[in-house]
Amino acid sequence: MDKIVTTGNKGKTVRSDCFVTLELTNKGGINIELQSKVGKLFGDSILELCRDVFAFFDIKNANIKIEDSGALPFVLAARFEAAIKMSKQALTLQQNIEIDKEYLLDILPENQNHTKKDRYRRSRLYLPGNSPKFMLNAGIHHSDGIILDLEDSVAHDKKYEAKFLVRNALRQVNFYGAERMVRINQLPKGLDDLNYIVPNHVNLILIPKCESADDIRQINDKITQILESEDKNYPIYLMPIIESALGVVNAYQIATAADNMVALAIGLEDYTADLGTQRTSKGHETFFARSQVVNAARAAKIQPIDSVFSDVSDMDALRDVVLESKSLGFDGMGCIHPRQIGVIHEYYAPNKTEIEKAKRIVWAFDEATKKGLGVVSLGSKMIDPPVVKRAQRTVEMAIDIGKLAKDWKEKENG
Amino acid sequence: MVKFKKNAVGRNIPTEINGKPVVLFMGVGKYKPTGRKHAPRIASCADYPLDGNKLIPDLKTALIKAGLKDGMTISTHHHFRNGDLVANQIFDIAAELGIKDLVWYPSASFQCQERLTAYLEDGTLNRIEGSMNGPLGRFTTQGKMKGTAVLRSHGGRYQAVQDGEVQIDIAVIAAPTADPFGNANGVTGSSACGLLGFALADSQYADKVIVVTDNLIPFPCIPWQIQGNYVDYVVEMDKIGIPERIISGTTQITKSPDRLYLAELTAKFCDEAGIIRDGFSFQAGAGGTSLSIGNYFGDIMRERGIKARFARAGSNQYLVKMFEEGLVEYILDGQTFDLEGIRSMRENPNHVDTSPFTSYNYHGKGNFAGMVDVVILGATEVDVNFNGNVVTHSDGYLLHGIGGWQNCLFSKTVVMPIPLFRDRIPVIRDEVTTITGPGELIDVIVTERGIAINPRRTDLLEAVKDSDLPIKTIHELKEEAERICGKPQPIEFEDRVVAAIKWVDGTVIDVVWQVKE
Repeated sequence: MDKIVTTGNKGKTVRSDCFVTLELTNKGGINIELQSKVGKLFGDSILELCRDVFAFFDIKNANIKIEDSGALPFVLAARFEAAIKMSKQALTLQQNIEIDKEYLLDILPENQNHTKKDRYRRSRLYLPGNSPKFMLNAGIHHSDGIILDLEDSVAHDKKYEAKFLVRNALRQVNFYGAERMVRINQLPKGLDDLNYIVPNHVNLILIPKCESADDIRQINDKITQILESEDKNYPIYLMPIIESALGVVNAYQIATAADNMVALAIGLEDYTADLGTQRTSKGHETFFARSQVVNAARAAKIQPIDSVFSDVSDMDALRDVVLESKSLGFDGMGCIHPRQIGVIHEYYAPNKTEIEKAKRIVWAFDEATKKGLGVVSLGSKMIDPPVVKRAQRTVEMAIDIGKLAKDWKEKENG
Repeated sequence: MVKFKKNAVGRNIPTEINGKPVVLFMGVGKYKPTGRKHAPRIASCADYPLDGNKLIPDLKTALIKAGLKDGMTISTHHHFRNGDLVANQIFDIAAELGIKDLVWYPSASFQCQERLTAYLEDGTLNRIEGSMNGPLGRFTTQGKMKGTAVLRSHGGRYQAVQDGEVQIDIAVIAAPTADPFGNANGVTGSSACGLLGFALADSQYADKVIVVTDNLIPFPCIPWQIQGNYVDYVVEMDKIGIPERIISGTTQITKSPDRLYLAELTAKFCDEAGIIRDGFSFQAGAGGTSLSIGNYFGDIMRERGIKARFARAGSNQYLVKMFEEGLVEYILDGQTFDLEGIRSMRENPNHVDTSPFTSYNYHGKGNFAGMVDVVILGATEVDVNFNGNVVTHSDGYLLHGIGGWQNCLFSKTVVMPIPLFRDRIPVIRDEVTTITGPGELIDVIVTERGIAINPRRTDLLEAVKDSDLPIKTIHELKEEAERICGKPQPIEFEDRVVAAIKWVDGTVIDVVWQVKE
């Protein structure tokens, strides 16, 4: 194997990252060559962090080249640590490197919060797990969740180093209230990913290409084991993604496999490939699967979540997709670009007409309750209890997302 | 030995620059010059052809006839932006003639003029008094320029010429269309750039004025944005500019989600603060973020059925669209950024060409910068006292010119949408590297992580106090940036001043020091 390992990214479009070239040696001490876009302002602190990480792993001799495009400390540390551990794996050197040791930066207090099972999950923003520049400002766009992705958006030869970056991002990047999600790799590989994320307060794990309830059990066993060994106890939710014909068939078993299931998502690219067909704009080929997922999720009382829409420039088409998705019964979908978040929130939300109608029903229900009537009626129409319930949910959601004042009843009464 | 004194914003300023005494910045509106304006020599029609034909065969002959010699100040305008083919030729000719120690006085410099560093090195040029971008900025900051650079705002450039602080010996005015008398405009011709306002002072005050054109038409050249009565010589050339670099065919709204968010937040702030109302006025630049702020303003106006009395521009396709839709009654244009801007200026009398005299000159009987309700500006850094920097990067290198930035600070509300950090570099600092504008004129800093309002603007603080905008103090923003990025280490400088930053009244607000490498 090659003695020299590299981690990170460099190049014209790369920002907020660094490219580390490492050669562990037997003598000569630690030699660092630093080329940094921000060297005049952060050169000293980059060198200090580098020396600290190498000292932590008890490395006394190494040639290190750092090509930095403005990486934050959590990125630098992840790149250094991954390089050290890859070197250790690449050669059986005499140096004593403890591979199980982790160089952990402080975790932000904000990143130790936990989320509610039934919170909104209308939008979840995918962030490639090995690209720091997308992570830094992800939270400002206020998606309900952000997904640090270890799966499809990470190249094969970058899978290992991405785990360190995702781990450090979970500790150090403030996502401003978005639910912190990680998409792990498909099992069995994904089980190892859990070591990097479970101890670091991940809120929710997306399980790609989930096909059976057994996948869920394996993951939950591992989560329990990690939390127990770390003496930690907090909820970690699961959102399996159904992406195959078999997964669609087993949707209900998957949805009901454990208590920490909160949502069932569908991934249509892989699903249509599995069917041997193409995705069309009409979507007839996925209608069954989408309905099945909605039905299974509703039956299991968890949230049905739709796939992503990949044309990031076409907001009108996205709106149509969202409206259709909502009409099928989905509660949310994935976003691959921050610009999609606003449209998704807007159109999954009840519109003006729906809110007005819901208000009238809630109003009628309140009146009927006050008068002690068993039957709710609006005009000449009788309103069934499920209709009332749906109207109450619509009103609640309208209040939550700021489309309706909390005290609308008092306001409209006066 | 040069002496240093502290100016009103606490910066150490040499008392003499390029052999001339320096007036220290005293505070906004404090320095009141006495005396009379500078005046060029009196000319006589007897010395000019009665038939109005001032044509000279080539630029070299014209420069020689104009008396080009060592130590002169030569001016050019930057309406051709990165497509200028004239400025370099002037100094090629000067070098060929063995002329030394010239001062180049452009209204701005661009990448296409980078190779002039060779003339700074061989002594043809002593210094540049204008903007110092990219490689020119690096060259200057490395201390390689013989003289000291002087940076002025667009208004300050007019003021310096008018007040006689800078005496232009020869002005070379590249004109997309001109007649043999020297009347010229920028609205037609293959090098059309819209207007020629930046060359106005040069035409009025220079000792000798040469108009260079690649579209010579018979008298009269209408409109005559530059009047031939000021002009000594006219030169016809094959090509004075590269059209696709003069104007971008398509100024584009940013696609960056982070910048779009910043733009949206800025527009929302202006709306919540009550600035966007019927008959208001605004100025937003042609950068990607500013363009989208203009667009958001348009959305708000449309929704509310209101319109703006005027927009100060940098005109571009988006603003023209709003203008032609009736959302904006007048465009007061200082420079035209794309083809749509030029077309509109040509076709619509309410799209008006302006000059730094009408818009920005501080030593006049008023100017319209102060009448603009809200201006959107950028900055490389802002400090906790709201002082702003646009000329240097945080690592100390000159990055770009002042442009109209200082002049626009006189607008009723100055809003700066800027990211909290760029790469790893915090934008909000304890002290800016170079003070380009004093904090008392900077009102609102909008970042993606919160909005800071200058405590002097109690009216704005009051106006948005019940909104759901993320209002924070400037200190909170600075701390947040440092929490994310870490605190930058101080930069090291040599003991040499490489550039002076003039305030709009000709006083020196700060200087730039040579960076230690």
